[in-house]
Amino acid sequence: MAKRIEASNVSSYYGAFKAIDSVSMTVEPKTITALIGPSGCGKSTFLRSINRMHEVLPNARIEGSLTIDDQNIYDPDVDVTAVRRMIGMVFQRPNPFPTMSIYENAVAGLKLNGVKKKSLLDEAAEKSLRSANLWDEVKDRLDRPGAGLSGGQQQRLCIARTIAVEPQVVLMDEPCSALDPISTLAIEDLMFKLKDRFTIIIVTHNMQQAARVSDKTGFFSIDKTGDPGRLIEYDDTQKIFSNPTQKKTEDYITGRFG
Amino acid sequence: MGDYPSRSVNATAGDLGVTPRHAQGAGYGSSPSNHDEPPLGGGGALPKKARFSIEAGFRGLSTASGAMVLVIIVAIAVFLISKAVPALQANTGDFFTQFEWAPNEANPSFGIAALAFGTVLSSVIALIVAVPIALGIALFLSHYAPKRLATPLGFVIDLLAAVPSVVFGLWGRDVFQEPVRDFSIWLNKYFSWIPLFGGDGPFGQSIMLGGLVLAIMVLPIVTSLSREVFQQTPGMNEEAALALGATRWEMIRTAVLPYGKPGVIAAVMLGLGRALGETIALALTLSVAFDISFNLIENGGNSVAANIANSFAEANDTGRGALIASGLVLFAITLVVNMTARAIIYRRREFRDSAA
Repeated sequence: MAKRIEASNVSSYYGAFKAIDSVSMTVEPKTITALIGPSGCGKSTFLRSINRMHEVLPNARIEGSLTIDDQNIYDPDVDVTAVRRMIGMVFQRPNPFPTMSIYENAVAGLKLNGVKKKSLLDEAAEKSLRSANLWDEVKDRLDRPGAGLSGGQQQRLCIARTIAVEPQVVLMDEPCSALDPISTLAIEDLMFKLKDRFTIIIVTHNMQQAARVSDKTGFFSIDKTGDPGRLIEYDDTQKIFSNPTQKKTEDYITGRFG
Repeated sequence: MGDYPSRSVNATAGDLGVTPRHAQGAGYGSSPSNHDEPPLGGGGALPKKARFSIEAGFRGLSTASGAMVLVIIVAIAVFLISKAVPALQANTGDFFTQFEWAPNEANPSFGIAALAFGTVLSSVIALIVAVPIALGIALFLSHYAPKRLATPLGFVIDLLAAVPSVVFGLWGRDVFQEPVRDFSIWLNKYFSWIPLFGGDGPFGQSIMLGGLVLAIMVLPIVTSLSREVFQQTPGMNEEAALALGATRWEMIRTAVLPYGKPGVIAAVMLGLGRALGETIALALTLSVAFDISFNLIENGGNSVAANIANSFAEANDTGRGALIASGLVLFAITLVVNMTARAIIYRRREFRDSAA
């Protein structure tokens, strides 16, 4: 199921602006990797480069290579939609499709990929909603609008929608930053559960969250505004938060940044 | 955390060192903390509510504007009905089934059926032709075209909406008629077994020409409104679809079209409204006939509005009353169309309203 991701010398650009410079890291299957760092340091850009969502923005491009189980996802022959199916993404703000019901949201990805059989869809909807710890809360109102749920429920619905297509990797871009602490905890519990099946990479501003959930942590930083972001240090979470090798990392996690 | 300064007017007690931003010490800056006036946030006794205020004035003004709509609608209805009833009473034929329009005779005889049918048929043709093209253009402008192309192209489309209908009518009559006639002859030659394209001619000044001219007139309205709606699709929903592995077209089908549906329906209804009410373009392109025929390509066709334009000049009292009665029917048709559209939009409202 879960696959290994290897980034080597990835640089991402918005037009002429270089957002991240030469990032290399290897993410092992079935682990949770947290990306931390100050705003604007390129964590999200790097995350979006992993499933080729970066190039959705006008003039955005990338250099370097990104492989998933030794297959280069930026190979010109590779179908970009296949990459995105393999590498799912959960966004910062919950974004269920507003015109769809809870059920329709959960199976939206499957329908996009041509699954039509009602029994298969029903099964997948229940399975993914259960996996997202949402089933018990919504099973009696699957036909209600997905956007009518609370923020935390919406985000879990988005996670259900993402994992319903059985991706290999799940990317999460600050998935809890718009949520209250209880919903945040629910999502963190969920991440532990999903770790058995997926490789998870999460961008977070919350260092306690990174320390709580992740196996490995990558610290991104910039020298000054306008400079590209760099991966300063990437190591076991334990090590990063107890004994970082870089001064910058230590300053950041102890709150002496900038 | 720190000590907040007291909220009294002369808050000199605030410890500037600890919480400088909250401190409102007297003589610290200008007006809000003057001794004479309390700060904007209050202090001292609460003032009385003003009895006559600008607030109340605006409220009255906007209420009056709202009421005005009702007054106008009622006035129009009363006018139409009061003029129409005497003519309808003088009618010797049946208003709903007579295929004739002779209200100026000694024994006036006129019926609305053929006119109403022509109106609806030409509008339906216009929509069938215009809506798919308009949605295509709107999607191209909002989701496919590079910005440098989309902006000027959108401007040109809007320009098309500004062309007066009489110009479209003249163009349809003098220029467009010829290709339509040739096309009609071709259709008749190969497809005359379909009743729509049967008949022996002459061809050209047909309901098809009128419908196509209407389609061109409706196109810009539907296009620019739909484009506006499509552009408002939340970017995060588009990204959600793309991140699920959607192609661009699948993304449009999943996120853009469902989100824009109520807006598109509204746009189509506005277009239909224009097509139903269009007068001069049809008066110029149709050749008058009073029958109900599904033949699209033979000369003929008529519409309520075109008939009013054509007949008003030589109408006597009863004739004018008859025309006003036909106007009333047109009014009823548009009303039904609009209410249907609203019903469609209303049905899915909980999905729309709960959208963030």
